[in-house]
Formats: sequence, C-alpha cells, structure tokens
Amino acid sequence: MSIDTETARRVAKLARIKVEEDALPALASEFSAILGFIEQLNEVDVEGVEPMTSVTPQRLKRREDVVTDGSQQAAVLKNAPDAREGFFAVPKVVE
Amino acid sequence: MTDLTKLKIAEARDALRKGDVTSVELTEACLSAIDAADALGAFVHKTPEIALEQAKAADARNSADAPALNGIPLGIKDLFCTKGVPSQAASGILEGFRPEYESTVTSQLFADGAVMLGKLNMDEFAMGSSNETSVYGNAVNPWKVDDRQLTPGGSSGGSASAVAADLCLGATGTDTGGSIRQPAAFTGITGIKPTYGRCSRWGIVAFASSLDQAGPMTKDVRDAAIMLTSMCGHDPKDSTSADLAVPDFEAALTGDIKGKTIGIPKEYRMEGSPTEIEKLWSDGADMLRDAGAKVVDISLPHTKYALPAYYVIAPAEASSNLARYDGVRFGHRASLEAGDGITEMYEKTRAEGFGHEVQRRVMVGTYVLSAGFYDAYYNRARKVRALIKRDFDQVFADGVDAILTPATPSAAFGLGEMAEADPIQMYLNDVFTVTVNLAGLPGISVPTGLDAQGLPLGLQLIGRPWEEGDLLNIAYRLEQSAGFVAKPSQWW
Repeated sequence: MSIDTETARRVAKLARIKVEEDALPALASEFSAILGFIEQLNEVDVEGVEPMTSVTPQRLKRREDVVTDGSQQAAVLKNAPDAREGFFAVPKVVE
Repeated sequence: MTDLTKLKIAEARDALRKGDVTSVELTEACLSAIDAADALGAFVHKTPEIALEQAKAADARNSADAPALNGIPLGIKDLFCTKGVPSQAASGILEGFRPEYESTVTSQLFADGAVMLGKLNMDEFAMGSSNETSVYGNAVNPWKVDDRQLTPGGSSGGSASAVAADLCLGATGTDTGGSIRQPAAFTGITGIKPTYGRCSRWGIVAFASSLDQAGPMTKDVRDAAIMLTSMCGHDPKDSTSADLAVPDFEAALTGDIKGKTIGIPKEYRMEGSPTEIEKLWSDGADMLRDAGAKVVDISLPHTKYALPAYYVIAPAEASSNLARYDGVRFGHRASLEAGDGITEMYEKTRAEGFGHEVQRRVMVGTYVLSAGFYDAYYNRARKVRALIKRDFDQVFADGVDAILTPATPSAAFGLGEMAEADPIQMYLNDVFTVTVNLAGLPGISVPTGLDAQGLPLGLQLIGRPWEEGDLLNIAYRLEQSAGFVAKPSQWW
C-alpha cells in the first residue's frame, strides 16, 4: 500500500508528533516501504485462527481490590518538568 | 592477582569467597578499565560512588555462604530504572529523569550482592540493531579488523561491548526481537533471553510489553546461568511474571546431552546466506551429535512471516507504551511559544525528545492501530503470531528438546554502513531471533567461531518454555565443544 502525504500528516497528528511540512513526503515513503513489507502477512491463511492475547497460557492473577500503595506525592512529582503546589502544571487546557 | 577484570563471574565468586581478592579491588579494577574505555561508548552514566559503597558492603558480608553474586561488578542497561541514577532508555525525552524506584531485576541482583558500575548504552527505547539510535552516540564493538569501527549490535550494544571488552564481569540486557542475542553474537559473548514471564518487567522502560524480556549478557554459559538465576522470579508488580519456582540454573550444567533431540529448521536456511554461517551451523550440529544428541530436520513453516508480524505488533505496543512521554510527568518538555496550548506542547515535546527511528515506529504503530486498519494489520499479525507459536508447539510435541539456528545472518558490520539502507535492511538482522520473542520461548546465543575476517559468529539454541536449565546445559555442551576463546585485542 502506498501512503500519501495526507495520511502521513494524519498519522503524525494522531501520534502527537510534530512533523514539518517538508518532511512529510519522505516520511510517507518510509511508511510505504514498511507497510509494503508487512503486506506479506496477507499471504497467510488465518481462517479460524484466534488472535494471540497471551503468549503463555497463564491466567492473570487476581487480588483483593484494596489500596496497596500511595501517599508518595513528593516522589511522584519529583521528575515533573513543571510541578506547582502539589500538582503537575500544564498549559491552559480549559478556556 | 592480575587482570581482575578478565575474570568470569564464577571465577571471581570463588576468589572472593576464598579471600584471594576483595570486591573493592575487583570493582576498582573495573572502574579503571571503564575510564580507559570511553572510546567504546559503552558506559554512559558511571556510578563509581555507588559501586564502591556496594563493594565495601559486599566485602563486609563475605563468607562461604554469601549470596550468589556477592561483590560481583556488573553493568546495567540504561533501560532499567535504577533509583536516583539517570535511566534514560538512551532517549532525549528522558533527559534528567532519575527514578524514585528500583526495577525488580536490579533489586534482585543487588539483594544477591551485585555491584553496579554504571549504566550502559543502547538503542533508543531498545529500537535498533546497531546501537546507532542512541541519544548518547554509538556504542562501539571492541572487535576490529581494519580501520572501520564496528557495531556491537543492538539494542543491548553497550552491554555487549562492555562485557566483551572486560569492563565488567557481566551485564543486564533486554530482548524484544533479538536485542540480547544479536549483540552477544556480534561481540563473541553469551546472552540468554528467558521464557516470557521469567523476569519481572517492572521498572524496565517498556517497548513492546508482550515481547520484552530481560536477561544476562556474560563471558560464558556458566556465568549466564548464575546471573539468570538471580534475575528471574515471580513479582506481584508484573502481572505477566510467572509464579513458578526458579531452579538453580548453574546446577543444570552437567554437559551431558546424550539422548537429547536437536531440531534443525529448514526455513532458517536463507537464500544468499554466507557460506561461513552455513558452515558454522552444520559444525554446531555435528558437535551436538558427537556429544550424543540426536539431530533431526524440522519445519517451522511460518518463519518467513515472523518479521512482518513483529513489525506490526512491536510498533503497535510501542505507540501505546510511549504515549506516556508527554512532557507532563517526567523528562523533557519543549519550550513553548505564546499561544501554544497543550496539544502543541505534546507535539513539540515528542518531536524534540524522540529520535527518528522511535518516531517512525510510534507512527507505524499508530497507523496499524488506527480505525479501519486494526483488523487488517494488528489482528492479522496477532493471528500469524499464534501460528508461529503453533509451529514451535508442534515440534516440541514431536519430541524436540532444543532447536539450533544461526544467531545472526552476518558478523558485525561497520557503524554507519546501513545509514543509506532502507529500514527493512536493518530489521533483517533479527530474522533468526524474532520468532523466539513472538513465541515467548527461551533463546541463547553462544559464540562458536570466527569468520574469515576474524570476527566472532554465534549460534542460537531455542528451548522449550520454562526449560532454561536444559537449554543452558545444551548451550554449555556446545560451548565446550566449540572451544571459543578468542578475545578482541585492545585498541581503545
């Protein structure tokens, strides 16, 4: 499948990665090459095959629904680029 | 004792227990070797204070029944979160990040007395096969045959380079598509990826959660067994970690493989494969046969589709995992212009923080998961993955104990040589290893020979799920028969 510039722009937007306008054609052609490679999967007969959800046949463990951790505000905020008054600070979201 | 850094883990352990050497002496020797090896780009964050403190503590608790790795100096891949120490996954987006917690695997190593010398270079977010996508710059292979600098492989390139150059006694690696086994093969060392679920992934920066596994990279099979025993085990903090007892893998190394059945998969015979690789492979099969194993031809019919399936599943999972790097909670945030809102902050932060290969994979993953393509790409890839696993289940059910394949399609190539190639050419490096991740199996790379230029080549053994002990024992036998002892000569 050939990916056009418009699709590349849309994917970059969905991925929240800024891609300059002049870089889009090269990106689109890289996508096309990778997707062309992936297209081989269409040769495989997958009729009746369940998609794999877990590579080992284990059942996920369960535990009591109780709080096991917390009260670590300082540690949680320690690496934030901008933390103020006990919160993560971000540009204005709501007008 | 001279050349302390050349000791293997088992030798150092015995010397420490006998009192022939102290951990402080061993650690200081490694720290000096590291300082003299900046040209290799292996250690990217050195932690001498932590190392010497841990070494002193190890010496203080030294006794005949000291823990398994007491006083042994190791390097830690930058993908592991280590408390208070930069843990960047070789990415610009985690610049300045110092975790407030310790990964389960490194916690277990330290509980067993290991000493951390520092953090090791790698491909950014473990995405690469040559260590050329790192924000720190390239790691370099200590092996050299001409003027070129060679890749140590990737993504665990720093780990491979450091162990091969005797900067540390062993190192941690992680393997999503071959990132332990390929660099081990390129540098003449041993590396094992255990069964999916053996090692806790908690505190290891996630790339593709259904494929990622940690494992040791060491100078021989015995050391791999020792380190792996310490790294494995159930962890309530990783719901995919297996609640199974961890055997003493070193105790499994008897060298007796009589009656074992070794499968040779015909689909791994690649068209245009170098004759050296073919010879290495058939020599390896002969060695196992001479040791009493039965060697049989097997078929893994879906092998050809492993790489394309991987390049759907791994980017899909990566695009989801890497969504957390948004400039809010940790790491880099782009400086914004007046009027920029939160969307611009996300977009600029991720464009500045992620390197080219990571951006490409995140976007491919976004595409294959997007509305209208989810079934055609992602679900189809997961079905093909089920078929790949079924191929292995079938041969194991037929009585095969382990599968022998080449580890890589070539010896180490020059840094920069793949720069102009399209991404698929680089992805082909993982052609022999990626099936093992998709099927969740244990796989080990053992150096067994040199190519005509004098560069190391490795063979891979693939084992039954949870049978790492048996796999290590077969690898041990192969190692004994191959007698690979070559080391790179020091130029750095």
